[in-house]
Amino acid sequence: MTAIMTSTDVHLAYGAKEALHGFDLSFKQHEISALIGPSGCGKSTYLRCLNRMNDLLPDVTITGTFKLGAQDIYAAKVDVVTLRQRVGMVFQQPNPFPFSVYENVAFGLNVVGHYAKADLDQRVETSLKQAAVWDEVKDHLTENARTFSGGQQQRICLARVLAAQPEVILLDEPTSALDPISSAKIEQTLLTLKANYSIIIVTHNLQQAARISDQTAFFLNGQLVENTPTQQIFIKPQQKTTSDYLNGKFG
Amino acid sequence: MSRKTTDRLATGTIYAFVGVVVAILCGLIGYILITGIPDISWHFLTSAATAFTAGGGIRDQLFNSLYLLLLTLVISFPFALGCGIYLSEYAPQNWVTGLLRMAIEVLSSLPSVVVGLFGYLIFVIRFNLGFSILAGALALTFFNLPILTRSIEEALQDVPNLQREAGVSLGLSNWRTITKIVLPIALPGILTGIIISAGRVFGEAAALIYTSGQSAPTVDYGNWNFLSADSFLNPMRPAETLAVHIWKVNTEGITPDAVAISAGASAVLIVIILIFNVGARFLGQRLYQHLTASKSK
Repeated sequence: MTAIMTSTDVHLAYGAKEALHGFDLSFKQHEISALIGPSGCGKSTYLRCLNRMNDLLPDVTITGTFKLGAQDIYAAKVDVVTLRQRVGMVFQQPNPFPFSVYENVAFGLNVVGHYAKADLDQRVETSLKQAAVWDEVKDHLTENARTFSGGQQQRICLARVLAAQPEVILLDEPTSALDPISSAKIEQTLLTLKANYSIIIVTHNLQQAARISDQTAFFLNGQLVENTPTQQIFIKPQQKTTSDYLNGKFG
Repeated sequence: MSRKTTDRLATGTIYAFVGVVVAILCGLIGYILITGIPDISWHFLTSAATAFTAGGGIRDQLFNSLYLLLLTLVISFPFALGCGIYLSEYAPQNWVTGLLRMAIEVLSSLPSVVVGLFGYLIFVIRFNLGFSILAGALALTFFNLPILTRSIEEALQDVPNLQREAGVSLGLSNWRTITKIVLPIALPGILTGIIISAGRVFGEAAALIYTSGQSAPTVDYGNWNFLSADSFLNPMRPAETLAVHIWKVNTEGITPDAVAISAGASAVLIVIILIFNVGARFLGQRLYQHLTASKSK
């Protein structure tokens, strides 16, 4: 399988303090890749390099190459807005806009183009179905998305991202604020989605990584320790530190 | 003293202070309303002021105040909005922004009589606008701009950053994130800011004495041609406002019923400002509900 995103020699510094210390990492198309590691290891920071969300922070220096397909996403001529449409993101805290469910998803759609009303309805429905939240919201499309439960909000956010028709979906600990049942629904959804999308997920939940991912990358102190197929990393990790972390000796 | 007693004492003291503030406020507003409301009548609100005889009204002053307020808001709102958006969404943390913030702060603490005299020198004399509604509106813009800018900036700052991240990460441009997401969410706050600053502008007198003048020429309320000299919409005519009228009746009024006119006009002023404030809350809430579609649930 081909790589959808590749990054080489990644360094990132907040001001004078380096947070990512130089590593290579790539992600395969139509797979779920998990990024794991203790808090502060740099996995979320790294994730936010992939859609250039770190650009929003002042005083961040990023070096190395990041590619989406063959395109260098940090090249001068790259349109960040288009990049972020192609590489969507779901955040830790569900953050639907305080508008109706319908409008939330339509925001994602209007990023790609303008649609006739009937077409729009159809696509909103499709996106909500893909995010496995349609049955719960179909009778409440005009209600404020904030009035739904955390798990439903997170799936509405996922639907919003899907509506923008991205190629890659980044998820930054998407279930850490949710209860186990809602988390399971999100996991189930991601497993269905990987047929058509490439998914990169940061998670603190090792079982979650084990359940859904194909490839797992272990970060520690701004370094990539190892990147191994998930089946292997949990049974026979290549590095001793990985084994120590997975066995709960630190972190 | 036991902790419980300390706690009770502290709570009691705080309540006492709050009580004093509320008592002063209620006493003041109550006094103005009680002495003023008996003087308000339909005749009082709809007839012109008189210079020497009793029985004059405040029709023109009331209209002038509202018209001046409208013009001031029309002029100052676009500037304040732009400035507020810049400060909240674009301004980098550097000395230029710091200087800008300081300038706004200084401007907001200028005494209004200074703003009035400055307006007199620059608009009335230098730009040759004469005592006019336009000169008054421009002076009030100076007065209003910093407060309005600040309240718009605060309303925008109250929008959680997660919303901006959501918009940007979705592939919306910065500008569209601001106009389609941040501004709608901040709108009720912005509206409240406008209406509260409108209350201040409405009651302002010192800045207007030297700019929009102290005379209320008779105007024709049927003449909608704002270029014609006797049109009520003509922005180049002098216009005494309600607050200026109260000041003037009290200092140099020679009508026999000056005290009653002043009391009635003060009560009208207070009532309108109260309506602004209550209206701000109500409208803000309604607008928020409308924008966020949180109707049936």
